[in-house]
Amino acid sequence: MQNPSVTGGFLDAARDSAIAFRAALDAMARPGKISEVSGAVPPAPLSVAAGTLLLTLCDPETPVWLGGAFANDAVVAWLRFHTGASVVSNRKEAMFALGTWVDLFPIHDFPIGTPEYPDRSATLIVERKTLDAAGITLTGPGIKTTAALSLPDIEAFQNNAGLFPLGLDFFFTSGSRVAALPRTTKLES
Amino acid sequence: MYVAVKGGEKAIDNAHAWLGEMRRGDTEVAELTVAQIRNQMALAVDRVMAEGSLFDPDLAALAIKQSRGDLIEAIFLIRAYRTTLPRFGASAPIKTENMACMRRISATFKDAPGGQVLGPTFDYTHRLLDFKLAAEGGVETAPKSEADTDEFKPHITSFLNQEGLIQQEPTSDARPSDLTREPMELPASRALRLQALARGDEGFLLGMGYSTQRGYGRNHAFVGELRIGDVAVELDIPELGFAIEIADIEVSECETVNQFAGSKTEPPQFTRGYGLVFGQSERKAISMALVDRALRWKELGEDNPGTPAQDEEFVLYHCDNIQATGFVEHIKLPHYVDFQAELELVRTLRKEATEANAAKEAAQ
Amino acid sequence: MSTEYNFAYLDEQTKRMIRRALLKGVAIPGYQVPFASREMPMPYGWGTGGVQVTAACLKPDDTLKVIDQGADDTTNAVSIRKFFEKTAAVAVSEKTEESTVIQTRHRIPEQDLTEDQILVYQVPIPEPLRFLEPRETETRKMHALEEYGLMHVKLYEDIARHGRIATSYAYPVKVEGRYVMDPSPIPKFDNPKMEMAALQLFGAGREQRIYAVPPYTKVVSLDFEDHPFEKGGAPQACGLCDAHDAYLDEVIMDDAGTRMFVCSDTDYCRMRREAGHIGEMGVPLAEDAA
Repeated sequence: MQNPSVTGGFLDAARDSAIAFRAALDAMARPGKISEVSGAVPPAPLSVAAGTLLLTLCDPETPVWLGGAFANDAVVAWLRFHTGASVVSNRKEAMFALGTWVDLFPIHDFPIGTPEYPDRSATLIVERKTLDAAGITLTGPGIKTTAALSLPDIEAFQNNAGLFPLGLDFFFTSGSRVAALPRTTKLES
Repeated sequence: MYVAVKGGEKAIDNAHAWLGEMRRGDTEVAELTVAQIRNQMALAVDRVMAEGSLFDPDLAALAIKQSRGDLIEAIFLIRAYRTTLPRFGASAPIKTENMACMRRISATFKDAPGGQVLGPTFDYTHRLLDFKLAAEGGVETAPKSEADTDEFKPHITSFLNQEGLIQQEPTSDARPSDLTREPMELPASRALRLQALARGDEGFLLGMGYSTQRGYGRNHAFVGELRIGDVAVELDIPELGFAIEIADIEVSECETVNQFAGSKTEPPQFTRGYGLVFGQSERKAISMALVDRALRWKELGEDNPGTPAQDEEFVLYHCDNIQATGFVEHIKLPHYVDFQAELELVRTLRKEATEANAAKEAAQ
Repeated sequence: MSTEYNFAYLDEQTKRMIRRALLKGVAIPGYQVPFASREMPMPYGWGTGGVQVTAACLKPDDTLKVIDQGADDTTNAVSIRKFFEKTAAVAVSEKTEESTVIQTRHRIPEQDLTEDQILVYQVPIPEPLRFLEPRETETRKMHALEEYGLMHVKLYEDIARHGRIATSYAYPVKVEGRYVMDPSPIPKFDNPKMEMAALQLFGAGREQRIYAVPPYTKVVSLDFEDHPFEKGGAPQACGLCDAHDAYLDEVIMDDAGTRMFVCSDTDYCRMRREAGHIGEMGVPLAEDAA
C-alpha cells in the first residue's frame, strides 16, 4: 500500500489549484457566498474544502497552525509532503490556521498585521459541520445589500472587524463547501 | 469616412520578421556563432551575466546574439529566462580568499603576500585603434608566468584586521532575504542592498560612485584590493551531510578602505565598501564598493546632507536597468485616452481663463 | 498550447504567492499589498503586474478579453492576449459580455460588468501619493496613519490656481472610507463606474504591489463640498455609433485638422453599430465591412 501522506494531492496541480483559487477568491470577494471546491483528498478529519484550500495557498513560505484533532500525524505528513509548509505550534507565527471554532478560539493571538503592513495577518480556516446561507446578517464590501451565513460566533467577528484595517480573515469549510468572511464585513444577529 | 485602424497582430508578426532579418544583417557576411561571442565578446557576456543575475556564459552569449548586441535587451532575456528556472538550493558563501586570481592589485600597499598581479588589464594600454585587428589580427600569445597563480593570496584587509585598524563586519548565519523572491522592504539590510547593487546597472552605479568622489557624499576611498579570478561554488547536500563543489565561477571583487572619524564610543578606524560582480568587471565592482560605502552612513553615524548616493530609496529603486528601461520606454505605448482627458482639461482651463480676462477688460 | 511552460506561464509557487496577496488585497480594499513581482517576458511598464494577476486568476474555462485604451486591437493588447492564448490556451474574445476576465490598461468598459466577471487593471504607479511624496517609507506611514492632508492640499492648490481640480486621469479615490487609492490612469470619466458588480484587481509589476476593490465597495473620488467631483467627457456624440454616454477619442482626419470623435471602447461602438445606431460621420456597419 502506498504511504497515505503522498496520495490525495491535486491530480493536475496547475489546473486544479487555478479552479480552487477562483472559488476562494470569489468567496473572499463576496462574503457569505458559498462555493464548491474540490481536488484534494486529505486525511481525516480534514474536509475536502479545507484540504483543497491548503494545497492551493500553502507552501514553504507559509507557516500553518493546526488545532485540536487536525494536528494529527497523518494531516501533518500530508501537508508537509504536498505543500512543504511548516507546521507551527505558536499561534503568533501562523500565516494560516486550521481547526474547528473551538480549536481556534480565542483568536486574539493570531497575527493581525501592523498599521504599515495590515496584510501580514493570518487567515483562519474554520471547519464546520454544516455551512448555510442563513443566520447572521452580513453587510459590507462585496455584498450588494445583505448576505447571511451560519457562523459559530458573532462577537469575535465583530471585534475583529473593529480592528480594520488590521484583523484576521476567515474561510469556513464543510465537506466541499467554502465561504469566507474578510475583516471588512459587518455582522448583525 | 473613418475606419478604425485594425491589424495589430499582422503588424506585430511583420515587425518581428523584419527584426529577425535585421539581426542577421548582410548574408554575404558570415554569421556570428554563440561560441565566437562567448570567447571574443567576453566582457559583454560578463556584464549580461552580472546584471542578468545568472551565471551561464553560453546563454548570455546567445542573448547578446539575439538582441543584436543591445546589452540591456540581452540582460532582459536572461532575467526573464532566469525567473522560470526551478531552485534546487542555495550555495554556501563563496570563499573569495581562496580565489585563483588572474588579477590582484592593491592601491594601499606597495607589496603584500601574494604580490601584485596585473593580469589581462586595459589599464596601461594606450587607447590607439589597432588597425591590425581590422584585418583579422591573428593570434597573440602571452608569456606564461613563472609565479604560481594558485598561491594563496590573503585579503589585503585581513592585514589591517590584525591591527584592529579596520572595522570587523558582523558575521551571521541568518538567511538573507532574497531580492528576487520577496518584495523590497525599506530600510533594507546591507545584504539586500548588495544584492540590488550586484545586479544593478553598471552605468548607474558608475555615475553614483563617481558622484561620491566629487563630493556628493564624499568619503575618500582607497582600493584596498581588487581581485579577479575563479572561485569554487559549493552546495550543501543535507543527505550527504557535507558540501560538494558544483562549479567554478569567475568573479571580480573590490574592497575599498575608507576613513571613519570614529564616534564617542569608538576610536577612529577604517571601514570598507564592498563590491562583487560576476565575471570580469572591475569598473562595476569598484563603483559598487563606493556606493555600498556611501549607503552605510546611517550605521556609521555619518552625516547625510541629502546626496543621491547616500539615499537608499533613491539608489535601490532606480539602479535596476530592466525596471528602468521598461518604464522609461513604456511612454511610447498609446496614451491617447489620458491625453484626451488632458486635452479636454486644457481646453476648459483656457476657455475659462479667456472668458475671465474678457470679463475683466469689459469691466475696466 | 505550448507545453514548455506551466499553465498560464508562472510556476505554481509564484502563483500561490500572488494568490495570497490577492486574497489579502480583497480583504483590505484599496490597500497596496507588496508582492514579489517576477520578471516577465515582456517589459516592466507594459502590463507585467496585470499579466501576473491575470495569470494567477485564470482557470482553463475562462474567456479572456484584453484592452488597451479601450480597444482590443491596440498592439500591446494584442500581444498580451496572444501570450495567454499561447501559455494558458484559454478562449479569448473581444466582446465584453462574453468575457469572464478582462485585463485593461487605462479604461473601464462602457457596458456594466457583472458579478461573473473580473476586471484586472495594469498599474504603472500604484501609490496615489507618489508625486506628492516620492519616498515609499513616508507614504507607507501616511497610509498607516490615514494622513491624507497632502492630497487635499494638492487638490486645493489646483482650485486656487485654476478654479477647478486639474486632474483629468488617475484621479484619486477613497475606498470604503479608508484607503486613498490610485485607480490606475483611467480618465476620471470612468471613476464612477468603479462601484460595480465585478471584482476589480490591480497589478503593478515593477512597483511590486497588488490591490483590489471587491464588488459593491464604496469608491469615492476625492473632492470638496464647494468643488464636487465632475466626471467630464466630450460634449460630442460618437461619430460612428452616435453614443452620447461613452468616452470618446479625438481623431485628426485631415491636414486641415478636422476632428472626429469616436468611442474609445471599440467593442461598445461595434455593439451599438450592430444594433443599428449610426453616428454623424458613420455608415451602417455592413457598408463599412464591404
